[in-house]
Amino acid sequence: MLRQLRGAAIGWLLPLAIIFVWEALSRFGVIRAHVLPAPSAVATAFWKLLVSGELLENIGVSTARALGGLVIGGAIGFALGLANGLSIRSRELTDTTLQMIRNVPHLALIPLVILWFGIDEEAKLFLVALGVFFPIYVNTLLGIQTVDPQLVEMAKTYGMSRLELFRRVILPGALPSIFVGLRYALGIMWLTLIVAETIAAQSGIGHMAMEAREFLMLDVVVLSILIYALLGKLADSIARLFERLSLQWHPAYQGR
Amino acid sequence: MTELTFGQGFALRDAAAVPVRTAPGLGFSFVGVEKRFGDQRVLNGIDLQVPAGQFIAIVGKSGCGKSTLLRLLAGLDQPTSGILRHDDVAAATSTRMMFQEPRLLPWARVADNVAVGLNGIASGVAARERSLRLLADVGLADRAGEWPSVLSGGQKQRVALARALVGQPRILALDEPLGALDALTRIEMQGLLERIWLSQRFTAVLVTHDVGEAVALADRVVVIKDGAIATDHAIDIPRPRRRGAPELAAFEGQILEDLLGV
Repeated sequence: MLRQLRGAAIGWLLPLAIIFVWEALSRFGVIRAHVLPAPSAVATAFWKLLVSGELLENIGVSTARALGGLVIGGAIGFALGLANGLSIRSRELTDTTLQMIRNVPHLALIPLVILWFGIDEEAKLFLVALGVFFPIYVNTLLGIQTVDPQLVEMAKTYGMSRLELFRRVILPGALPSIFVGLRYALGIMWLTLIVAETIAAQSGIGHMAMEAREFLMLDVVVLSILIYALLGKLADSIARLFERLSLQWHPAYQGR
Repeated sequence: MTELTFGQGFALRDAAAVPVRTAPGLGFSFVGVEKRFGDQRVLNGIDLQVPAGQFIAIVGKSGCGKSTLLRLLAGLDQPTSGILRHDDVAAATSTRMMFQEPRLLPWARVADNVAVGLNGIASGVAARERSLRLLADVGLADRAGEWPSVLSGGQKQRVALARALVGQPRILALDEPLGALDALTRIEMQGLLERIWLSQRFTAVLVTHDVGEAVALADRVVVIKDGAIATDHAIDIPRPRRRGAPELAAFEGQILEDLLGV
């Protein structure tokens, strides 16, 4: 337990050191405030926005968008991954199309998306959903296709029905790969949201940053960037927690 | 680590605790069975009758078709021509297979892995009780709550044996189940297998390339060569058999000659 805490603490040493050096350089005037504000200035901005309620509101809006898109895109990706992993006909029918769409960078669709949805919520949900769809689809499909065929054969000799085979063998076998897809999707989720909110939004952290830029409030811009970093890290940590809980059987997660 | 030594610890449940077996071994016969994969003919007219409760070993060089024969018996493949006839047609699905690899579900605890063998037979508390009993039979009662990944190779194979036996199969097909184990664990497992077979009297079909193992365990050893039965030996040596006994050695020599002979 103590060892774990120390391990986690070591990971934060480097970011803290960077902030310390950055603050020192700002104080001595090496870094000018109109290029990069000092961490203390960012902290002050953080406090002001927190007290005014603006910060939490924007974080709430951004998080809701991110999760909404993740749920929609993730559910579709997971369902299609399952369908194509379990049914050759379904795969033959849809996989080529999906692979073609996958090769279009989803952010390239922004102009089209703005034309379709304006700058309302649908535009962001659409982009995030599209972004998270592919990593979850590809890894779900891969996970199912790489389930040990010897285990499937074993299950058949014990007369498992298709449903039971899926529940007791295929899904647990595919789970490690599905989690890889989920963590990858989380990264894309934030990336997409940042771009979408920066280009076209009336609320959210990206919007807060763009508005601050117009008024040359660099401290708020830097704060927004840091918040994205923290939210991304938080999402990844939560995903890893679920991963550890559901993959206890996996040798890689034992004794940790 | 509690690798139990053979001769102690594998105390099978005493006679009073054994539920009356409604289904002892099941006899079966292959009649003119052929199996082709594409152009390749793997089995070439197999005629083999196995009476209920017999322990038969099938030996042969690798690629001779012995494993294919076992897969037909387990229903994993269908013969190209010829038939497999069970003495009781309704019980044909009660055949269980033990593979060379343990094939345990890594995401299920040991007891739950054994309970896989009760699929469609029992569930819930009843399944758990029966699984634990079988685990005790194979000397792993104290490992019921572990993940398979922490077990040794021999222990995993014992869990696989418990899984195969928990549903009280009438035929147990064994595809070199001890092939991947070290020599000592192997001898222990042979003892365990014989003991359980003696108490349950299912029909046992053991495919192996270890002739010593075949003559130590089986009532009958069939040698397969080029997809057909070459010789059929009755090993009429009373049990318990002593390892390294000259009678066994004589059989072993004779069968090896059949296998390698010109």
